[in-house]
Amino acid sequence: MHELLRGEPGSKALLLGNEAIVRGALEAGVGFATTYPGTPSSEIGDNFYRIAQETDLYFEYSVNEKVALEVAAAAAVSGVRAICSMKHVGLNVAADALMTLAYVGVKAGMVVVSADDPSLHSSQNEQDNRYYARLSGLPMLEPANAAEALEMTRSAFSLSENQRIPVLLRTTTRVNHSRSVVELGVFSAGHYRGRFDKDPFNLVVIPMVGRKLHLELLRKQKELQEIADASPFNVSSGQGSWGIITSGVSANYVRDAIRDLGISREVRLLKLGMTHPLPANLLANFLQGLERVLVVEELEPFLEEQVKALAQEKGLTCVIRGKGEDLLPRSFEFDPLQVRLAIARFFGLNYEHAGSAAGAELPPRPPNLCAGCPHRATYYAVKQVVGESAIFPTDIGCYTLGILPPLQAADFLLCMGSGVSSAGGFSQVQNQPVVAFIGDSTFFHSGITGLINGVQNNHNFTLVILDNGTTAMTGHQPHPGVELTPRGRQAPRVSIEAVVRGCGVEEVITVRPQQLKKTIAALDSIVKKEGVKVVISKAPCPLFERRITGKKQQIVFEVTEECDNCRRCLDELGCPAFACECDASGRVKITIDEVLCNGCAVCSQICHAVKPRKKSN
Amino acid sequence: MKQDQKALGRESWRVFFAGVGGQGTLLASRVLGEAALLVGVHVVVSEIHGMAQRGGVVESAVLLGKIESPTISDGEADVLLGFEPLETLRAVRKCNEESLVISNTSPLVPFTIASSSSSNYPDIEEMMSMVARRVGRLITLDALELARNAGSELTANMVLLGALLRHGDLPFDRQAIERVLTMKTKKSFLEMNLKAFELGFQQQ
Repeated sequence: MHELLRGEPGSKALLLGNEAIVRGALEAGVGFATTYPGTPSSEIGDNFYRIAQETDLYFEYSVNEKVALEVAAAAAVSGVRAICSMKHVGLNVAADALMTLAYVGVKAGMVVVSADDPSLHSSQNEQDNRYYARLSGLPMLEPANAAEALEMTRSAFSLSENQRIPVLLRTTTRVNHSRSVVELGVFSAGHYRGRFDKDPFNLVVIPMVGRKLHLELLRKQKELQEIADASPFNVSSGQGSWGIITSGVSANYVRDAIRDLGISREVRLLKLGMTHPLPANLLANFLQGLERVLVVEELEPFLEEQVKALAQEKGLTCVIRGKGEDLLPRSFEFDPLQVRLAIARFFGLNYEHAGSAAGAELPPRPPNLCAGCPHRATYYAVKQVVGESAIFPTDIGCYTLGILPPLQAADFLLCMGSGVSSAGGFSQVQNQPVVAFIGDSTFFHSGITGLINGVQNNHNFTLVILDNGTTAMTGHQPHPGVELTPRGRQAPRVSIEAVVRGCGVEEVITVRPQQLKKTIAALDSIVKKEGVKVVISKAPCPLFERRITGKKQQIVFEVTEECDNCRRCLDELGCPAFACECDASGRVKITIDEVLCNGCAVCSQICHAVKPRKKSN
Repeated sequence: MKQDQKALGRESWRVFFAGVGGQGTLLASRVLGEAALLVGVHVVVSEIHGMAQRGGVVESAVLLGKIESPTISDGEADVLLGFEPLETLRAVRKCNEESLVISNTSPLVPFTIASSSSSNYPDIEEMMSMVARRVGRLITLDALELARNAGSELTANMVLLGALLRHGDLPFDRQAIERVLTMKTKKSFLEMNLKAFELGFQQQ
């Protein structure tokens, strides 16, 4: 049985924030879950995926976040409790649906999880998605740790159902990817089948309906503000004339700092868990009698600005600060020392930090495409054909790592799908050839529309779809084109080649990138043609293939005495299984690490000195 | 009794793990966290999942006792457990002059160095002496060799965990870890993991 279904009520477990969200949803009787994978949210979907194999819960990896939200919304308006999870930038994709779903509302509880990524551990920006709560008018909960993630998820379903509005559960990486002790609660019986009652004049947002629903949403805001004022997740503690207001993961740093600095008698702390709508009455009461107030929140001054406005409205003159050069920054995640220093400085405390055993300047260890990754072969082949002068728009996935030397096949990137659309734009304004890259999962997510746009508008580029048969970067989740599954090889539900042809692309070639000569020849035959051309470069992610098939590797490659140190293997292919050593006499020797080599044979096609041999164990 | 005395002497333990993707740092930090749960010590474990599936830097933190923050600031680690010598030195910024550092000495050469005939992997002894100069105490061991003795290179993380339990002055003892391993490890790997843990624990 799945770990998250097993824990006895009342017992304790060490859960990841993401696991706690899943457990909280199960305790709330969730019947329907959707997602599109993205770090730091991926484990939410991955756990639901496994749980759905053992229960009546419906789960899907949707084709993108907008679709995931719309599918879940249909369940929630049919009376089935639903959860939809995504990373912060995923909510941009889903935002179109989210804004109006706030008007339309839900019948059963619906929770939308947005996993933000301060410090961009694995993202293209660090946008603060708390503003989506203000933009859409949705109530928002912000857990500070795994225990709160569980409790807040569970209670978000009731809040949503009572108010008939989706609830935004906003986390950050350090909540999603930290483990702490949670107390497990009781499962309530879930509904897996619902009933849809037709009600078009509340559910179909033609303008006259939308106008009415907007007023209804504003009415709900008033009720929600009262709920926020009374929410058990908004807790004020302590006494004194200094105040600190905080929420989310920052609350941990603040509580530790208050203890470390020994100022618990001087400080009143307001820890907010429900941060939208702003608990205005609670805040106004909190601010009464305070002289100085520090707002401690990661990223944008979301609370700070609202608190300042509130104080002005209430005629309160206390000093309220938060962001600022001498206090807290608007970029990157906090750490304990930074918060301690900011609090000490703001309240004029004497505090000195002992200092750190600073390190030395060291060689970096950048992330890299794995040894034997088929994307490397594709990049190599493309470079052989179009050289360095072509423009390479790229997309979001493992293959974004093609940016690094020696491949350097990434020139422009905005978001999922932008590789294809921007390729069209580049082709219209300059004369260099344009070769765009996109992964298979990303192609389904949002590459298709860009491709259709290119065909319709007579753009001129080659799109290379790097089809490794899975969503590799986020942990091998399936997508509509997957062939390799735990149950064996199957025909894909949706054929990428058929979709590409269906979009009106006439020049389509499918290649096996590890057959270098054929791949180069195919590319050569296609890139100079006019219009939109597509090359589907198809080879499974080796990590995924090995895990699914359990296939043992028989062959590895080695560099033989024929090596003349031309270094093409290192300078053009850059497979991390290669190494270059200098012996005592200063002679350079290129070697292949047997443990890392996965036997793809690409190097042996570019160098006569590389030969196969049987793997030693 | 021993545990109580320790708990009276200190309120918190900050353990920082630094390694390379694929070395099992996250599993080791989770096992430590589970042991804390088992004996009722407050614990937070923080992991960062990077961009690459293999070969990038992996860092995690285990915070025991009266701490709620999920991260460790520069200069504030009580213990640094280094899974790879270059990564130990890179992570030494987390330490101060009183910190304990336990480091594996067998290297994993980054591709940026491996592929270059002009740059070399820094001298391991020199790196370790740089670490030793900056911190309170340094313990080094060849975790890979010991893991091979235990039966698989993949158990190097358990070797390091063993050394941590021996020297880390943590608020629980080795039995807690052994119980977690027994509960959470696949049967076929259990004996090997316990042996690796024991070999690490024996390291002076």
